[in-house]
Amino acid sequence: MTDVQSSPPPAEVATRISARGVRVFYGDKQALFDVDLDVPDRAVTALIGPSGCGKSTFLRCINRMNDTIPGARVEGTILLDGEDVNDRDLDPVLLRARVGMVFQKPNPFPKTIFENVAYGPRIHGLATSKSELDGVVEQALKRAGLWKEVSDRLDQPGTSLSGGQQQRLVIARAIAINPEVILMDEPCSALDPIATARIEELIDELRALYCIVIVTHSMAQAARVSQRTAFFHMGKLVETGLTSKIFTRPGDPRTQDYITGRFG
Amino acid sequence: MLTGLALLVLAAFSGAVFWAASRRAAGLARSPAAPVNSLPFHHGTYAAVWTAVPAALVLLVAALFGDPVETALVKAQLPAAVLALEASDRQVFLDDALAIARGGSRSETPYSPDLEAALRTAASDAHAIDVRVRLIGLGSAGVLALAGAAWGLSRIRAPFRARAGVEKWIQALLLFCSVTAVFTTVGIVASLVWESWRFFQAVPPLAFLFGMEWDPQSAMYADQVVSEGAFGAIPLFAGTFLIMLIAMMVAAPVGLFAAIYLSEYASGTSRAIIKPLLEILAGVPTVVYGFFAALTVGPLFRTGFNAVGAMLVGGPLNDLGLYLGEVQNQMALVAGVVMGVMLIPFVSSLSDDIINAVPQSLRDGSLAMGATQSETIRKVILPAALPGIMAAMLLAVSRAVGETMIVTMAAGLQARMTFNPLETVTTVTVQIVTLLTGDQEFDSPRTLSAFGLGLTLFVVTLLLNVIALRIVQKYQEQYD
Amino acid sequence: MTEPGPSREDLKTTVARRLKARNAAERRFRLYGQVAIALALGFLVLLLGRIVQQGWSTFIDYRLTAQVYLDPSRIDRTDPGGANYDLLIAQQLLKQIGVADDENGTRSDAMKDLVSGDMGFQVLDRVKADPTLIGRTLTVSAPLKANAGLYFKGQVKRSTSEEERALSDAQIDWLDQMRAGGLVASGFNSTFFTRSDSTEPEQAGVLGAIVGSTLMLILTAALAIPIGVLAATFLEEFAPKNRWTDIVEVNINNLAAVPSIVYGLLGLAVFINWMHVPRSSPLVGGLVLALMALPTVIIATRSSLKAVPPSIREAALALGASRTQTVFHHVLPLALPGVMTGSILSLAHALGETAPLLMVGMVSFVPGVPDSLTSASTVLPVQIFIWENASERAFHERTAAAIMVLLAFMILMNLAAVLMRRRFERRW
Repeated sequence: MTDVQSSPPPAEVATRISARGVRVFYGDKQALFDVDLDVPDRAVTALIGPSGCGKSTFLRCINRMNDTIPGARVEGTILLDGEDVNDRDLDPVLLRARVGMVFQKPNPFPKTIFENVAYGPRIHGLATSKSELDGVVEQALKRAGLWKEVSDRLDQPGTSLSGGQQQRLVIARAIAINPEVILMDEPCSALDPIATARIEELIDELRALYCIVIVTHSMAQAARVSQRTAFFHMGKLVETGLTSKIFTRPGDPRTQDYITGRFG
Repeated sequence: MLTGLALLVLAAFSGAVFWAASRRAAGLARSPAAPVNSLPFHHGTYAAVWTAVPAALVLLVAALFGDPVETALVKAQLPAAVLALEASDRQVFLDDALAIARGGSRSETPYSPDLEAALRTAASDAHAIDVRVRLIGLGSAGVLALAGAAWGLSRIRAPFRARAGVEKWIQALLLFCSVTAVFTTVGIVASLVWESWRFFQAVPPLAFLFGMEWDPQSAMYADQVVSEGAFGAIPLFAGTFLIMLIAMMVAAPVGLFAAIYLSEYASGTSRAIIKPLLEILAGVPTVVYGFFAALTVGPLFRTGFNAVGAMLVGGPLNDLGLYLGEVQNQMALVAGVVMGVMLIPFVSSLSDDIINAVPQSLRDGSLAMGATQSETIRKVILPAALPGIMAAMLLAVSRAVGETMIVTMAAGLQARMTFNPLETVTTVTVQIVTLLTGDQEFDSPRTLSAFGLGLTLFVVTLLLNVIALRIVQKYQEQYD
Repeated sequence: MTEPGPSREDLKTTVARRLKARNAAERRFRLYGQVAIALALGFLVLLLGRIVQQGWSTFIDYRLTAQVYLDPSRIDRTDPGGANYDLLIAQQLLKQIGVADDENGTRSDAMKDLVSGDMGFQVLDRVKADPTLIGRTLTVSAPLKANAGLYFKGQVKRSTSEEERALSDAQIDWLDQMRAGGLVASGFNSTFFTRSDSTEPEQAGVLGAIVGSTLMLILTAALAIPIGVLAATFLEEFAPKNRWTDIVEVNINNLAAVPSIVYGLLGLAVFINWMHVPRSSPLVGGLVLALMALPTVIIATRSSLKAVPPSIREAALALGASRTQTVFHHVLPLALPGVMTGSILSLAHALGETAPLLMVGMVSFVPGVPDSLTSASTVLPVQIFIWENASERAFHERTAAAIMVLLAFMILMNLAAVLMRRRFERRW
């Protein structure tokens, strides 16, 4: 298993996502306190921190999935390519077509493998003919590294695959509509080490095309897979920077303590 | 009341045994010989239960079966002259003999002198048998009680596990209670099958199930040969089916969409208000719905259709107008619509549970892809919930088919095969009610046909329920 | 990697273009849901509103207070029962409003139709109790007959033509005169709650039905709750998980879905014909309804028992309690609120059941109040059914009023269940 190197992103890298002053409230309880973060394009940014520190909450702000939680309130600005995602005039449907999400537990729909991947293109009207749709599905499955394994059984239910395959199916589903950003919320925590390694390989391939933000519990995974890392603690963004730097010479003592395992 | 008295005495005796056993067990605990396994309470209960329960069972058996046994014994001893009588006269004789024996009053039937003498003999025989049976019953109960007491008291030793013994009795009681549910099913099946079998002696099952004419009135004069053709149940099945169909056309969409709205769109407060209101709709007794159908909806629909008919008369749809002017209150549409309203909360509540059972992760997955909420519902949630919803609809159909009061009060009595909702039809349940609430001799094929209908109804609803259950079970594994 | 397929700019415009139609579809879909809810609630309002509208007038009745002179020439002291009190009263009323009777007595007959026969009975009873009253004047008060009452409530109108009306013009005139003369007053219809069924609507009440329902429910509760709770306890806590218990469980679920009329047939065949339980008694009704309520009590108890966490059982067992002690000292008491709630709800449901009771003979006319479990009786829902079939208009309003009483009981029981659940439910 080769170590996925955390090479620095090219010097002239665009910032895809720019968050300023993000605060999130669940009812009266505040979960995020004034988060400022820039996420570069064509790179993997890892959000790390102990349980309940708000990293998943922040992730879900980016594609406004917090809207689905009753009582949740989001303040601050999150710019995607210069557009504020929380703008009232921006339809979340449009936003979520540009920002894909992969969840902790693989959640393929109870449909065939083909239909799972075709779901996005269908609802957004991206394929005008059957052959076009077939092409889109095939390409997405190839990019997700799943094509060879399922090309002969596209009409089987998505739930008949193994855990690791299901997660790759979900990734294929997400990239079938060619989003700009892919958000991943602890995508490997429900998978065995071999499946995890495959997914991490896939993430490294995908970063050439997409802006990827990954929340992970495992610092080792963050070190393997990401180029930039942001450390959250108790709802605050403590430190952010190049992955290599964070893990070798963190600036903040809290980061240092977390990395060395003094708390978790 | 003799049984009651005996039970009281038994209870008092058991109480005394309990007290005696507890005292003795307590005495044991004081002497340091060996550690005592159970509390005095347990020893006492153990002894008391062994005293009371077998004896009480005997008393109950005697109470339930004593009379039939006596009657049988007396019958066996009747002289030839009595046996030569007509069956009904013989029954009267028997009843009189038993009545005299028990100190009651006899009928006023005059008997010939021979028979009078026979009557007196029979009465004294009956009396003797009566006394004997009672003595046997009480005697055996008493013996069992004493034996039980002796047994229980003799067991009182330190290592004796009285608590375990008592707990075995308790578990036996629990087991017995569980089995009553099975007894109920057995009872239903047995009684339906038994009475239907008697019906099928007079009317063959095929003629019943596939006959096209239902007219029990015409078949009923005592010495007339029962006309098989009068008991064809197809028109009833057709009527039941028609009304069920109309009801489902109302209840299925409204109930399903109400459930979708409640589980996917409604805010917490709306849900908290609307759900109880729907529960109220569900709790209204069906007789109230029937009243509503008969006195409000029926006249309303009739007036409406008559008015439309009046408007059409004289124009190109003249015939239709005349027809509409003649429709009556009791059209199938009325019963069907009201039944549908009754079923709305049933469908809604079941569908709500099913939709809520679809994991949130599927919703999140779909929404995160940029689907609108209605697309998520239509393309992900409902297909996932489909087996459960189909099962819910089957259960609603089963409910509709078995519903009685709404149709009895709002539908009619004319057995007719039609798909026209403006006609008056009758259903299986209405006929069961009509056949059994008139004047009835219990054994006539007319009243027995009600059991045939009941058996059919039971089988059909059972099938629907079993299929619904299978559907749910088969697709359950999806979410594991 | 190259990027075949739609470019990101294409994506944005394609998606944006379809967005309007999709959002419109979303709004429509949401609307369907709202319409469905509105329909359902609308039906509820319509149903309840109509019942109240039809029934509330029952609770007011119009009573006539008359001075009745007990003419000694008409009443024989030795046989007070032989006199025709109704005629006597009618004639005296005519005199009081200044209308002369005609030779054939048609007017006094018409007046008789305005006053409840109850008045005559009251006079008879008082004369029988104290014959010295003959020759004196009594003040007697009784309800007006049903149609007369309907006139005052506005349901019999002058505007209808006389042939289609229940009362003649003359009768209506007399009623107005009696009202003007202060003989007629309106008040709370206590008869409705103190009397039982009767052929005369103004004398009909729901007392017998209420008592019958109560007796029957007590019996149902006494049978279904203990047996159901104990059965569920066995199935949930003691029974081994094998094929037999599976069969029993399937059995119970099926029984819960059997149509109620089939239980009625069971009651008819087994209880009445085989065991000779008296027809139409609270005993047989209670037995049938207990069998009906049993599966639901079992199911409710089982889910309450399931909700008690295993840690409670483990803690008790670890201390050396036996299975039986664990269940009866710890698990069952904790499950009790859920059990009580489920039982009350199934009793409330049993209260409204009609069809099975029709099968066991409760459809006959029962004028009195049942005094034991084996005497003939009726219950509220059956009373409603019987009255609904009656042809007299005055029974319509009474049927609706009886429905209001039934619903009031059911609401009370449901409220009790909900309150109990709120107060005692534990969230684990």
